[in-house]
Amino acid sequence: MSAQVPTIETGVIARIARFSPPRRYLPVIGTFALFIGMFGIGGIRYEGFADPQVFLTLLLDNAFLIVLAVGMTFVILTGGIDLSVGSNVALSTLIAARTLELGLPVVAVIVVVLLSGILLGTAMGLLIHYFDIQPFIATLAGMFLARGLCYLISVDSIPIKDETFSAIAFGSITLPGGYYLGWTAVFALVIVAVAAYVLASTRFGRTVYALGGSEPSALLMGLPVAATKVGVYAISGLCAALGGLLFALYTLSGYSLHAVGMELDAIAAVVIGGTLLTGGRGFVVGSLLGVLVLGTIQTFISFDGTLSSWWTRITIGVLVLVFVVAQRVLTRR
Amino acid sequence: MSQAETKPPRPVVEMLDVSITFGAVRALDGVSLRLLPGEVHALMGENGAGKSTLIKALTGVYTIDSGRVEIAGVETRFATPAAAQHAGISTVYQEVNLVPNLTVAENMLLGREPRRLNGIGAIDRRAMNRRAAASLQGLGIDIDPGSELGSHPIAVQQLVAIARAVDTDARVLILDEPTSSLDADEVARLFEVMRRLRDQGTAIVFVSHFLDQVFEISDRMTILRNGRVVGERRVAETTQLELVQLMIGRDLQVLERLDHAAHEASGEAVTEQRLPVLSAVGLGRKGSLEATDLTLFPGEVVGIAGLLGSGRTELARLLFGADAPDTGELTVRGSSRRRLRSPRHAIDRKLAFCSEDRKAEGVFEELSVADNMLLGLQASRGWLRPIPTATRSTLVKEFMTALDVRPADPSLPMRSLSGGNQQKVLLARWLITEPDVLLLDEPTRGIDIGAKTQIQQLVADLAEKGMSVVFISAELEEVLRLSHRLVVLKDRRKIAERPNRGVDVNDVLEIITGEPGGLAEKERADA
Amino acid sequence: MPETVGTVKALGARAMAHRLFWPLAALGALLVVNLIATPTFFNVRIQDGHLFGSLVDIVRNGAPVLLVAIGMTLVIATRGIDLSVGAVAAIAGAVACVYIVKSPVDGAAGTAVVAITMALAVCVALGLWNGFLVAVVGIQPIIATLVLMVAGRGIAMLVTGGQITTVNNDAFAALASGHLLTLPVAALIALGVFTATQIVVRRTALGLLIESVGINPEASRLAGVRSRTIIWTVYVFAALCAGTAGLIIAANTHSVNANSLGLWIELDAILAVVIGGTSLAGGRFSLTGTLVGALLIATLTRTIPNIGIPAEANYLFKALVVVVVCLLQSPKARAVLQRRGDRTPTSREEAVA
Repeated sequence: MSAQVPTIETGVIARIARFSPPRRYLPVIGTFALFIGMFGIGGIRYEGFADPQVFLTLLLDNAFLIVLAVGMTFVILTGGIDLSVGSNVALSTLIAARTLELGLPVVAVIVVVLLSGILLGTAMGLLIHYFDIQPFIATLAGMFLARGLCYLISVDSIPIKDETFSAIAFGSITLPGGYYLGWTAVFALVIVAVAAYVLASTRFGRTVYALGGSEPSALLMGLPVAATKVGVYAISGLCAALGGLLFALYTLSGYSLHAVGMELDAIAAVVIGGTLLTGGRGFVVGSLLGVLVLGTIQTFISFDGTLSSWWTRITIGVLVLVFVVAQRVLTRR
Repeated sequence: MSQAETKPPRPVVEMLDVSITFGAVRALDGVSLRLLPGEVHALMGENGAGKSTLIKALTGVYTIDSGRVEIAGVETRFATPAAAQHAGISTVYQEVNLVPNLTVAENMLLGREPRRLNGIGAIDRRAMNRRAAASLQGLGIDIDPGSELGSHPIAVQQLVAIARAVDTDARVLILDEPTSSLDADEVARLFEVMRRLRDQGTAIVFVSHFLDQVFEISDRMTILRNGRVVGERRVAETTQLELVQLMIGRDLQVLERLDHAAHEASGEAVTEQRLPVLSAVGLGRKGSLEATDLTLFPGEVVGIAGLLGSGRTELARLLFGADAPDTGELTVRGSSRRRLRSPRHAIDRKLAFCSEDRKAEGVFEELSVADNMLLGLQASRGWLRPIPTATRSTLVKEFMTALDVRPADPSLPMRSLSGGNQQKVLLARWLITEPDVLLLDEPTRGIDIGAKTQIQQLVADLAEKGMSVVFISAELEEVLRLSHRLVVLKDRRKIAERPNRGVDVNDVLEIITGEPGGLAEKERADA
Repeated sequence: MPETVGTVKALGARAMAHRLFWPLAALGALLVVNLIATPTFFNVRIQDGHLFGSLVDIVRNGAPVLLVAIGMTLVIATRGIDLSVGAVAAIAGAVACVYIVKSPVDGAAGTAVVAITMALAVCVALGLWNGFLVAVVGIQPIIATLVLMVAGRGIAMLVTGGQITTVNNDAFAALASGHLLTLPVAALIALGVFTATQIVVRRTALGLLIESVGINPEASRLAGVRSRTIIWTVYVFAALCAGTAGLIIAANTHSVNANSLGLWIELDAILAVVIGGTSLAGGRFSLTGTLVGALLIATLTRTIPNIGIPAEANYLFKALVVVVVCLLQSPKARAVLQRRGDRTPTSREEAVA
């Protein structure tokens, strides 16, 4: 018996060792393994955790964060950062709530929200590229600006009573087996797919990676550096506006105190998803997995009942640390 | 085609009387350059001669102040590197300007990726890899286009950069020191590619420090010194000796003549009697210096002669612990250790090192002259033990006067000083730490003649008082004037070491270029 | 006469060239706005032997941001940044309050002293942790301190058990609301730390070595500067400053809410440093500038309700200040303005840059 165990182990190890995926996929595979592992442990420890509906609800509850993390991935891939997304979400919920209150048609409301998000993102991108203001500072200004605009619109929470909005919020598609998936979650997954396509298969996407690899090189290679750099902040602004709409659907309200600190969650999700904070390496799928890991931690804690909520933050911090240190080791070689 | 053979072909690029000024420095001064199709044209010159500036002026990185650039006879001005590329001028820089995080194929075709649906759809990865593979194969480079660029050695990355340049149908290909990180086989492979391209009619600008390589591959060359063209030659009609003389210039402006003979005598006495203050055995580092021995006695000046890229800077950095050596042993004052772990270590063992790159590795531009001067001593004392104000002012005053730093105001920011005075301040920084060994890498480069003389005099005086000095300079006259012993480096190897007795510049040049001359015979006679 | 005009002009130009000109001008302008809105704004009165008035309030309320900004200045001077200060402040407040609450003699002055000492000791440990990640592991400061920024509030909640912990200790409360020699203690602490730091930094070699590391890391290494020690020192100091700020905030409310204590204080502190003219790229720093920056932020916070705009709108003004100050400091923006001014192309500068 004692002889058998090691042979199996070495056999497995050898097989794993023989299978060597390209190094750039390693962090994403790590995140995926982490997610599966956490779900597995949850399934063993808690009754009902392994139910597919838990997973589907996870997607629904985090739809807005998924979209935010997608936008953040673009920015971080170029080596930048966007601190404004949380405030931008709050602003979007308020604009939506207020314009609906004023009686604008839903389509117009959506257009206005998206345009304001893109506008904010573009403005920050212009400051960053053309005036050499560090992304951290420029988006910090964006963060203050958006939060300040929120208070100008309304200090109090505005409920959303529009029927179309409620219909979308509660709408879902039924999957075989009686499971259901909310439309907002479906929408978030579509966004992930679109972003993955753009990053992998368009010139814009490849330039995003090139910028993160080396901006001076990208410039010397004659790539459209300015357009791309401003573009990623515009995309992040757009994603924040979309995330804001999803958040408005989720809470059916617009409020200036919505999404406080959500930029940190988005950044953490991207990092845990295996994207290098210095840019150039990472995938949106990783960010999706990162959000799911964050969501699973929360599900874990709510299923457990004895664990306190603050363990969420501590665990996230530890995970960020692990990924950052691991990547430091990987890139040092 | 037949026309081209009979008539001299029309230049693809003609730069006429081009000047560029940075602040007070004339980086290019009325430079003209002619590139013909189907030639390899070497651009030669020491550090600061203006090679990089010339290349950047041609490729639209810098704007020229005066003069004209004609591409195929049409006056052109490139606003950006991209514009130059569109006009068929591609550049491969020494530090590979690609992105390591993407694949080889992506790097080759970034910005020009083949797309599906007649160029409006998604990037067609398969087509991209196919095209890259074909292009690589055409250049005889055998690597997987789908592999990540960063996973390949620098040499291969260099070739990929060339492949990218070639793939844009470049009429002019500029290779800025492409061989500095390549081994012999890789150089041969690169040259094969270069010949193939030349035969297809591409004009290639080749910048390299390796004379043998330049003579092997180039057809013509333009030699620069101090921002001016000092010669345009056909390689077949030029000797290495002549080239080196042009490059370093026989600076016959009379510097203050130091008492050469007195030096020799004292140096000799010193060498025989005392224990070495520093000795390196087999000190080397992959890619920068082959295993080298060096011994230094108290009160001795050892001159390092060698061209740019010969390993002269690398040697000094290894001695100081600024770079970590892979091999060898370094003994400082009898205590042997494999290597110095850091400059801090070296300084604690009474070593001092003035880097050749004053701006990046020496000067703190925003700090005052006094702070710059005292930083070395302060770093040794740590932050809790500030230098007392009285000592500060005494030291600063003493060294400002001794080294004649001007303007004589220690509170000025360092950036307001001229290069020569900055250099004096850096020397003062180290002299204040009272070192036993002073490693000076090009201490007189880019400074005016007055300061130069003063620094040379200072080195001689210091040695007289017992300090050991390693003196590195591109100017052979200067090395010969100051040193007791001479070490000659070439292609990252020590090729000769001898006492500085009756050696003149021509002798050193002959050692470096390996072409026959006086010294070889002299030695034979000695033996 | 023309001569005096010339001298005045020259003086004016020299004043405008001073790096604190614009922040001071903005501060002055804000004070004037306040004076117009409330003519009694500058009035200071003594009541029960304590100084009261709007100006005193500004200094008192600005104390936490000033404290954090002092530490941040030194970190930024080394080319670093510390995002974790808000979380550190929360942890410090949590440790002190929980200790006081759990103590059998929770009203005693001795308890407060022990609590404060414990909290600051924890801050030293947190600073060492940040310094370790930056100086030893070699992670970029913004990323390294992000770890503690994310996890820190969780740790603070762990300490408080997720409760809003209320304390009843006069000695502790005096940190924020007490008076000494008619002046508020909080302001005295902040100004005291400011003065002490100024003295230590300029009288020892710390300031010089910090600037050398920030200006040119490679030249510092070759000159033998022990950068690791310097970097460690500034992160520990920044954590101590943040902790002190956290204690003051907790003392002010007699309680600690791990979720909100010191929320976004890192951003205000960074803003104060940037307004004060210390570049985020490291190098030369000005603690006096940081003082002006912190006072400017505090005054702004006070001005907005004073002139009848809802207090929440101060974010808008902060955004405006960030953008304007950064543009004024950005070489590229200056080049654009200059080109507008004299129409001579300055392409050379760009090329060199």
